[in-house]
Amino acid sequence: MITFDAVTKAFPGGNVAVDNLSLELPTGQITVFVGPSGCGKTTSLRMINRTIEPTSGTISIDGEDVTSQDAALLRRRIGYVIQHAGLFPHRTVADNIATVPLLNGVNKAQAREQARELLTRVGLDESLASRYPAQLSGGQQQRVGVARALAADPPVMLMDEPFSAVDPIVRDGLQREFLRLQSELGKTIAFVTHDIDEAIKLGDRVAIFREGGHLAQVGSPQDLLDDPADEFVADFVGRDRGFRALSFITAEKLEVEQVSAYVDRARGASLVLDDTGRPTGWSVDGQEVLRALPGTFTTRDALRLVTDLAITSPAGAAVRVDEAGVADGVVAHEAIARHLTALRRETER
Amino acid sequence: MIAYIQGNQARILSDLGQHVWLSLLPVLVGVVLALPAGYLTVRYRWLYQPVVNLGGILYSVPSLALFVVIPAIIPVGTLSPLNIVVALSVYSFALLARTVADALISVQGETTWAAAAMGFRPLRQLFGVELPMALPVMMAGLRVATVSNISLVSVGAIIGVGGLGDLFTRGLQLSYLAPIIVGIVLSVLLAAVCDSGIVLVQRWLTPWTRAGAR
Amino acid sequence: MPAPVVPMLNYFAYLFDGGHWSLAGEGIPDRLLQHIAYTLVTLAISAVIALPVGLFIGHTNRGAFLAINIGNAGRSLPTFGLLSLMVVLVGIGTLPVIVALVVLAVPPILASTYAGLRSVDRSAVDAAIGMGMRPIQVLFRAEVPMALPLIVSGLRSALLQVCATATVAAYVGLGGLGRLLIDGLSTNDYPQVFAGAVLVAVLAVLLDLLSAAVERAVVSPGVRERSVRRTRWRRARPDPTNEDAPTSPVGISG
Ligand SMILES: Nc1ncnc2c1ncn2[C@@H]1O[C@H](COP(=O)(O)OP(=O)(O)O)[C@@H](O)[C@H]1O
Ligand SMILES: [Mg+2]
Repeated sequence: MITFDAVTKAFPGGNVAVDNLSLELPTGQITVFVGPSGCGKTTSLRMINRTIEPTSGTISIDGEDVTSQDAALLRRRIGYVIQHAGLFPHRTVADNIATVPLLNGVNKAQAREQARELLTRVGLDESLASRYPAQLSGGQQQRVGVARALAADPPVMLMDEPFSAVDPIVRDGLQREFLRLQSELGKTIAFVTHDIDEAIKLGDRVAIFREGGHLAQVGSPQDLLDDPADEFVADFVGRDRGFRALSFITAEKLEVEQVSAYVDRARGASLVLDDTGRPTGWSVDGQEVLRALPGTFTTRDALRLVTDLAITSPAGAAVRVDEAGVADGVVAHEAIARHLTALRRETER
Repeated sequence: MIAYIQGNQARILSDLGQHVWLSLLPVLVGVVLALPAGYLTVRYRWLYQPVVNLGGILYSVPSLALFVVIPAIIPVGTLSPLNIVVALSVYSFALLARTVADALISVQGETTWAAAAMGFRPLRQLFGVELPMALPVMMAGLRVATVSNISLVSVGAIIGVGGLGDLFTRGLQLSYLAPIIVGIVLSVLLAAVCDSGIVLVQRWLTPWTRAGAR
Repeated sequence: MPAPVVPMLNYFAYLFDGGHWSLAGEGIPDRLLQHIAYTLVTLAISAVIALPVGLFIGHTNRGAFLAINIGNAGRSLPTFGLLSLMVVLVGIGTLPVIVALVVLAVPPILASTYAGLRSVDRSAVDAAIGMGMRPIQVLFRAEVPMALPLIVSGLRSALLQVCATATVAAYVGLGGLGRLLIDGLSTNDYPQVFAGAVLVAVLAVLLDLLSAAVERAVVSPGVRERSVRRTRWRRARPDPTNEDAPTSPVGISG
């Protein structure tokens, strides 16, 4: 566990970047620092590995004050990933990954061997090991950055906007991969982003910062969406936070209509299946040319996805499939709305 | 020192005058030759490497050596000022041709694609878009060429034509500091004036480079 | 004045005269070795002075003003003027000349070392510190290797500068290949002048090629300009729109 105890950082000139921050980052979880630019997220993060020293207050890792340790040795036990990856252009990918093990005196051959394993671990091909960073795409560089931070198997990782500089599709892949890795590794992670969607997607806990280095609220993503502490948090999580909250409710209890029975007369649309029962598209107004499905959902998917599918479908309805991909139900957006109303009544009672 | 200056005003001024044209004429020649040469190396990329390599070789030849072999290559007298002008033109060309090529290559990209897409014809695009965008880098090269030439001209005094270098050989012969100091100061001042002049011209030509600066 | 018509063969008369290649006495081999020795010794002294200062200024960014201005001033100093000044001040001799050569070689090395360190990607340095490198490791394992292309280019232009100015220095009594040139001029022996010029030109070109080979050996392919031109062309050179930055650490050698 990482503990901030009444930590303040004032830069020379009186600029208070972090003001009396007290916060706990539970072991094995991802804690996201999120907030508008300039509100002290990076400064807070960097005080953990002492690349910035606090003006007052203490930061401890598992009860040990970070300032009681040699700064360089402390940093070698803390993984560090930054926005533009910050790879060393003069070193090959393998040698970049091997940086901390080499600093710790591991022999070169062993460190390189381990670097290759890490490459596959972060979803890259081993053949990239002998390339230089300039020969990689932005997304690949970022993965190498993550591999480099993992190389010495540090229990703690600091990540400062690691996925902000890549395009949305690549970012989505990186985020997914990151969550998969974390489910295997269970590191204690402090993750900085200015993107509330990323915070909600990745965080076990989310700490929302506001200008002047104040902590506005901390809690699970669901807490923040359901119960914003004040106007600022409500505003920051956004007007569509109700819609975002649907990310946390699964479609398990959503009632569906039978596929065979589903013909929407008003829209003149009917679902077309192949021989195995998998949906292939919608036939609208009896036309032969099928309109594509925007996607399908299972009972484990979130209501946010189901709603989105229904809205974007030419038939105004989302298609549910079973494990084998066979269509086993259809739900129109009117039915989803009724389901949501029922849910609200339930929680209000 | 003051006495020296007063007593030799005419000579100092004529040395300075010679220094100015001996150093600046080659820059002009270099620019006039380097612009088309740089453009051609961008147009026909296979030319780039040979031009850069040749430039590098010419560039590394010491000036005194170049001054004295020129009469063996082209028909000028060994004491002609043309030796200096030709030699310094060679340096200026070697430096500027590469700078022009690199500058033009560096601006190729989205903006030039956009210009082409808007229907600029190649020549119009070169003069209307690419050259202006490449100007800051080219001007930086021009500054280096000008300042280097000014400091090199005086070596010519060894073969009898060297602008302010004349003051150095005199000082050496007489073992007298005053002409040497006058020569160094004037040479450095001339370099500073020309350098600032180019910077001013560049600001005037490229107002947009300052628009984003705080 | 038209050039006197000299048969081509005559230009080479001195150069191809076997007697001048004798290893004994002051023949061409002796002058060549002297020239190389002056050049390398001067370069070594200059590097010992300029590299630490440049590294300090670049690493701490303290005294940046100094580095930039020394670089610009160094380029505008007339080489021959400085040699004359030194000789008149101190007297004829090898030492004053070497001092003048060092004064000319320090600025390009200092300025480009500084520029090299400043051009280093800050996020990579940030990462180096964050991963637990000690300050000296940050400098020598991260900053210097990344700055090496510019540092080496400064050393290479200093090398050419010294080789060229050593030739001029024969005028004030230094040995080396410049002697052939200067002595030939004073005795109107053009074939000797020509031989000196050709030899010194060939030496300079060879030294430059050799230093290019050394550059290839010490600079990582990851930061070598050509191999990464397509992706990082812009970052590889100093920002020309920033007037505080040295326009280019490499100038015409002299
Ligand atoms: N080295 C520094 N010196 C002075 N002020 C700084 C420094 N680093 C950051 N700041 C200031 O501290 C505040 C918080 O910065 P930062 O932690 O980087 O914000 P964030 O990461 O949330 O965008 C900002 O106002 C910033 O200008
Ligand atoms: Mg930040």
